Amino acid sequence: MENLIYLDHAATTPVHPKVRQAMTIYFTDYYGNPETLYSAGIVAREAIEDARGKVAALINCDPSEIVFTSGGTESDNWALKGTAFAHQKKGNHIIVSQIEHHAILEPCHFLEKHGFEVTYLPVDSGGLVNPDDVKKAITPKTILVSIMHANNEVGVIEPIEEIGKITKAANVSFHVDAVQTVGNYPVDVKRLGCDMLSASAHKLYGPKGVGFLYIRKGLRIEPLLHGGGQEGKKRGSTHNVAGIVGLGKACEIAMTEMPPAMESESVLRDKLIKGVLERIPITRLNGHPTRRLPNNVNMCVEKIEGEAMLLCLDMNRICCSSGSACTTGSLEPSHVLLALGIPVEIAHGSIRFTLGRTTSEEQINYVLDVFPGIVERLRRMSPIK
Amino acid sequence: MYSKKVMEHFSNPHNVGVIENPDGVGEVGNPVCGDMMKITIKVKDNRIEDIKFQTLGCGAAIATSSMITEMAKGKTLEEGLKITRDSVAQSLDGLPPAKMHCSNLAADGLHKAIEDYYARQGKKGPA
Repeated sequence: MENLIYLDHAATTPVHPKVRQAMTIYFTDYYGNPETLYSAGIVAREAIEDARGKVAALINCDPSEIVFTSGGTESDNWALKGTAFAHQKKGNHIIVSQIEHHAILEPCHFLEKHGFEVTYLPVDSGGLVNPDDVKKAITPKTILVSIMHANNEVGVIEPIEEIGKITKAANVSFHVDAVQTVGNYPVDVKRLGCDMLSASAHKLYGPKGVGFLYIRKGLRIEPLLHGGGQEGKKRGSTHNVAGIVGLGKACEIAMTEMPPAMESESVLRDKLIKGVLERIPITRLNGHPTRRLPNNVNMCVEKIEGEAMLLCLDMNRICCSSGSACTTGSLEPSHVLLALGIPVEIAHGSIRFTLGRTTSEEQINYVLDVFPGIVERLRRMSPIK
Repeated sequence: MYSKKVMEHFSNPHNVGVIENPDGVGEVGNPVCGDMMKITIKVKDNRIEDIKFQTLGCGAAIATSSMITEMAKGKTLEEGLKITRDSVAQSLDGLPPAKMHCSNLAADGLHKAIEDYYARQGKKGPA
């Protein structure tokens, strides 16, 4: 994929060459089942424990508090359903925000069909949850609060520490979907004050199909996957050894590569935002202007439909995404943009560029060169002037 | 996800624009649903002599608009009314299922433009 300008790192990231290298031997030589007693299995088991230590180091927890999963969606599903089933005698109320990922919202809809009640907290025009709203929503029946660390579409960083203090005082479990932040933005479970935290390897330059759920020591949740006794009987299923090794390596690399990446990404992010606002009339930035991920640019280009923009950018070898109806796979534009109060007709014209560790200034300059022409052409074609 | 033909019409749409002093105008869709289309036609001797479109919408919306102008040009009004959403989609070697309803407005736009022509002539429809 030469000359590709990949600006969709919130969707997935390329596998780091060192991650790929670390994984290979677990396909070729050390393919033993880590649950076995012979040496080929022991090597695999040691590799898993080594990876667990690296994940724990990145998010500041004990290795025993990390359970490997198949990715962010499983971790989110597990946190919600596992808590619901473990604590249904205490209560049936769950609190989430309206801008959670579908991996949170859909399990909530499922639980609602099975007798649970869910409060969907609104956000302000920047996308922020108000911690006071969390406090007010908690009832004696509340068993779980789940709020994302940073939003995948507009990049807003939620006030997790403040919410963590509230849930702790109320003795309610607190889950954080940190799929967008782990490896890309500092995550410290002690500082955040959460009881559970989800992440996925492929968002931090690791492989797809593997992730983890942090479960604070002493917290009880029911398993989602019942099976063999893997992961301390918390999750059945033969370990994805190579994937787990890749996740561990990606976490180790993030310790050194994340800080400089945050620095370079935020400079290029601001350049791209400023450039688009200056060069293309009637555009706006979506999401909080400063409390946002260093790599996230989400804008609405009015009087244009998002998918048409994506197709034109793709013809120029630029990969990015949109929250328009056509790209959400429904008739409605993104639920996140609507929750921010953006009018439907404007939300159809949203576009998201998410930068990565290797994004260069030349690439951003190129986007700023070709994007205005694309918008102008599409606007000329439109019946709305 | 789109056929080669859809991408051809999206990249190089035919007959974009507005006809001045048109004999019929058809407008369909609205900005809230994300797709909006305006078709203008010039009619001579019961035939669609010229046709142009303006569209705000996704790849499918733009490609179907372009395709229908090609299909309708030179046709009689009766033939124009027989062009359906399905025949537009077929001419483009198919559309993704989700696009068959929401972004396949071009046939509706053409029919509205022809009906508008009849209304201007004081007729209800084809003789």
